[in-house]
Amino acid sequence: MSAQIFSRNANAILLVSIAAIVLLIVGIISALIGLYLSPWYTGVGDAIEQPVPFSHKHHVDQLMIDCRYCHSTVERVAHAGIPSTDTCMSCHSQIWTNSPLLQPVRDSYQTGEPVLWNRVYDLPDFVYFNHSVHVAKGIGCASCHGRIDQQHLTAKAQPLYMGWCLGCHRAPEEHIRPRDEVFNMAYEPQMMPIADRLALVQEYQIPVDGRLTHCYTCHR
Amino acid sequence: MQPVAPSLRRKPTVMSLLARFAWLPLCFVLVGCHIDMYDQPKYRPNRPSDFFEDGRSMRPPVENTVAMGSFEADSALFTGRLNGELAVDLPMELTADLLERGQTRYEAFCAPCHGLAGDGNGVIAYRGPLQVPTLHNDRLRTVAIGYYFDVITNGINRMYSYAHRIPPEDRWAVAAYVRALQLSQNVDADTLTAEERALLGGP
Ligand code: HEC
Ligand code: HEC
Ligand code: HEC
Ligand code: HEC
Ligand code: HEC
Ligand code: HEC
Repeated sequence: MSAQIFSRNANAILLVSIAAIVLLIVGIISALIGLYLSPWYTGVGDAIEQPVPFSHKHHVDQLMIDCRYCHSTVERVAHAGIPSTDTCMSCHSQIWTNSPLLQPVRDSYQTGEPVLWNRVYDLPDFVYFNHSVHVAKGIGCASCHGRIDQQHLTAKAQPLYMGWCLGCHRAPEEHIRPRDEVFNMAYEPQMMPIADRLALVQEYQIPVDGRLTHCYTCHR
Repeated sequence: MQPVAPSLRRKPTVMSLLARFAWLPLCFVLVGCHIDMYDQPKYRPNRPSDFFEDGRSMRPPVENTVAMGSFEADSALFTGRLNGELAVDLPMELTADLLERGQTRYEAFCAPCHGLAGDGNGVIAYRGPLQVPTLHNDRLRTVAIGYYFDVITNGINRMYSYAHRIPPEDRWAVAAYVRALQLSQNVDADTLTAEERALLGGP
């Protein structure tokens, strides 16, 4: 006369709770992934507050100043560089000299204290990145920084996830352009037929043997 | 474990017990999110510093010093002068590549003010109250080429120095390109071949 250990609906409860747990886990994981990719978490498209409301739209699109005038090391070394106060003053000592927006720049020029810009693109410190190699191999600024010439305040165009870097390192022919179009913001790599782009990959001697996706390329 | 009383209708099953505490492993996920390797205590370019008084981790060179290999007092390449006089010759070979390099530098660094053709009506001069002189007059056409190197390196009156943005070799390339611009604006049409004149759209 053994007592019944499980009630009659135990089977149903078990099945329902297993299903619920699975659903819960799947739900939590996909919610986390969604959060991880959402602009709310990555900050893509959020204009960053700056000490001076510097506008690329103004200076690049309307005044047609070349990126190198301000980011002058981008072709030579790993970092593109943020312009020094002196660079702004080469124009603003003569024009818009009374603009209140430019007061921090003038103060900095007088005191020698740098203007503290807030970073927009910031890789983790364990990742190695190099501008000069990308620029020399025909990867345009716009491929990574988007249409920055249309932004009044600078905002990220990319969350800079590893998968994104790898995507291009696996298939550079999707993004490559002739070297003299690198600074051209309006150029679209897809305007060139794929055969020509593949030829460019060869001409610029970009390794296609998978070397670019080895961990030590970026984690060194 | 307590003995399970069979009469209780809503007794917890093992699975529902597990389910009740299913959020526990998530704590490990949260604890696992270290970000200390994202921002390591080291300097990268342009990073601020609380060690130096002016807040810069990139140190300007100590006054009256130069980096090794970036300067030689008696070399025209770095000073634009030979024996104290402005250099008359390029300190390197004049090639098409050099002129092409000079063109990209000129268009990036000079054209905003001096204009693409060098006549002083670049977009900044056009927009603002900035008066920029033309590069096409007899004095500038005949001056030693070292003069252009000197102006780019040290600036002149209202024009700032571009020395920290344009390396010496590139300054010479710009100087050579300015010479090419001057030639392009000051050619006797009779010396051109018929084909060249056709390109210009003239007779
Ligand atoms: C007149 C000077 C000037 C020119 C020309 C210029 N920039 Fe900038 N750029 C700045 C300044 C100042 C900042 C820092 C403030 C900010 O983030 O908006 C900056 C920031 C940036 C940043 C974000 C840096 C960060 O914090 O991560 C990128 C990317 C950038 N510029 C790309 C470009 C590109 C591409 C071009 C050419 C199409 C260009 N810039 C032309 C002055 C300039
Ligand atoms: C090549 C010349 C040039 C350089 C270099 C330059 N600017 Fe400007 N900037 C201009 C001109 C010209 C205008 C006015 C645009 C117009 O005509 O509306 C302007 C306008 C501005 C304004 C808007 C002023 C107002 O009151 O509306 C700000 C802010 C500004 N610049 C910041 C900067 C900063 C910061 C830098 C340095 C990174 C810089 N600029 C470098 C030419 C320059
Ligand atoms: C392959 C992608 C890629 C290309 C192409 C690229 N950038 Fe960047 N850029 C980045 C990344 C990634 C960072 C962040 C670097 C870091 O955090 O160390 C960055 C940072 C910057 C910064 C901030 C300062 C610095 O050096 O960290 C500036 C300014 C900048 N880029 C300008 C440019 C310009 C101008 C061009 C075109 C000539 C360009 N970039 C092309 C990916 C790219
Ligand atoms: C739009 C395409 C593209 C994107 C996006 C891109 N890369 Fe690259 N990367 C290239 C190409 C092309 C090369 C050139 C390879 C060569 O010829 O050596 C390269 C080379 C490199 C190299 C140098 C490899 C060497 O030989 O030393 C590093 C480091 C690198 N990339 C890091 C990154 C990182 C980090 C990111 C993401 C933040 C990134 N790249 C995103 C296209 C890209
Ligand atoms: C093209 C450049 C590139 C290559 C190649 C690359 N990584 Fe990464 N990796 C990155 C970038 C960029 C990040 C930062 C992503 C972020 O900000 O979340 C990263 C982040 C990581 C992280 C995350 C660290 C953390 O705490 O979030 C790990 C782990 C990692 N990489 C491992 C690897 C391994 C293993 C390989 C080789 C199979 C590899 N990576 C190859 C660019 C690269
Ligand atoms: C911000 C605007 C601006 C830029 C950019 C600029 N200049 Fe100038 N430049 C001037 C002004 C203004 C003068 C007149 C200086 C004076 O005498 O007050 C001048 C004068 C000169 C002179 C002297 C002309 C004479 O009559 O003796 C030369 C040569 C010259 N610039 C060359 C260059 C070269 C080469 C570049 C590019 C590397 C350049 N400039 C970039 C504004 C500029």
